[in-house]
Amino acid sequence: MSIATIFEIVLAAVVLGLGIWTTAVRETYSATVGFVAYGLLVALIWVRLDAVDVALTEAAIGGGLGGVLLLGAAARLRNAELMVTETPGKVTRVSAAALSVLIATALAGAVLLLPDSVSTLAPTVVAHAWATGLTNPVTNVLMAFRAMDTMLEKVVLLLAIVGVWSLAPDSAWGGHPGPRHQADPNGVLAFLARLLPPIGIVVGIYIFWTGANHPGGAFQGGAILASMWLLAIMAGLTDTPPVRSRRLRFILVAGPGLFLIVGLGGLCFGAAFLAYPPALAKPLILGIEIAMILTIATTLGLLLAGAPERSAKR
Amino acid sequence: MSAVTVFGLCAAAAVGLGLYGLITNPQPLRKIIAFNLLGSGVFLLFGVVGRRGAAASIGNDPVPQALVITGVVVAFSATALAIALVLRLFQKAGSTTLSDDAPPGADPNLPGG
Repeated sequence: MSIATIFEIVLAAVVLGLGIWTTAVRETYSATVGFVAYGLLVALIWVRLDAVDVALTEAAIGGGLGGVLLLGAAARLRNAELMVTETPGKVTRVSAAALSVLIATALAGAVLLLPDSVSTLAPTVVAHAWATGLTNPVTNVLMAFRAMDTMLEKVVLLLAIVGVWSLAPDSAWGGHPGPRHQADPNGVLAFLARLLPPIGIVVGIYIFWTGANHPGGAFQGGAILASMWLLAIMAGLTDTPPVRSRRLRFILVAGPGLFLIVGLGGLCFGAAFLAYPPALAKPLILGIEIAMILTIATTLGLLLAGAPERSAKR
Repeated sequence: MSAVTVFGLCAAAAVGLGLYGLITNPQPLRKIIAFNLLGSGVFLLFGVVGRRGAAASIGNDPVPQALVITGVVVAFSATALAIALVLRLFQKAGSTTLSDDAPPGADPNLPGG
């Protein structure tokens, strides 16, 4: 047994242990912390599975931003969750356990009994890479071969932000999302919020730019930009913009909007919806991605900030 | 047993744990976390099957990878919406219980907004 295999077994065991802890621990806050650690270690599993693009996404969005979201909610609900006393009856728990074990066993059986013949789309993706001029196969799939999924996913992000904003009370309609954060101007948080964003912005743009040929891309870069923005907001250095701002709304629809326009252009002048002419494929994809990274960073940041809570006038 | 199989079993267990937590935990926030655990197990299964599709000097089939990246972002936005709903429920009702009985301290005549 090689060292790599031992590492993988230990990694799987730790991830499994964190999963059990997340499910079983009594206090919600501990479960949240367990889940954040779980998300970061799952990113390592993705690296071991040779899917570095997914690992970056999982670490940035699943572990990082998702962690901030869950920890923030757990902190605000701390008192409420303590009041909850009702627990499901024994019958419910036993049947839930039986159902879960059944499904987990079926999935484990499926993993163990996978057929030897393997179907893969990797050679097809490589064979058609010339059509876009990009060499990262995952970016090719995301931006060209399955561009429809990516465009619809942008629409899902937009719908989510509309859903969150519609939860605003009447008094704060169109106002600033989330509470106004205050931090000690000489404290560590304010210091880091001044020190890190210049570095983080460069790293985010680099990860976006290198995504054409190496692991990376607009999602991962956008998540890093969003976290830098949130850091400045949490340190009280800047405020969330009022959601009635037209400029903000323009940025939010820029990504899916440009994607849709290019797609319709493909329908009018090219072969099909979202078909890029090969000569223009790379500039078109880059243009869409630049609009997308702005949209993604803004949307992720605003999703974390939550529903508007303060009127825009104050 | 290869490393891929180990991660596959881990993913299957994560799905089972997530499902159990989703059914038995009474608090909404715990249900959201359990649902994410379930989803992460499903994503990992994609990765395990995609790893078998390694070909043409790519270590993992790029199509399931792209699907998982899309899935992670969609799961995040759904989680954010669910948490906003829970926080608003807490703000309005003073509790986050999902049971049918009116929670203590809730005023049914509270004006909207």
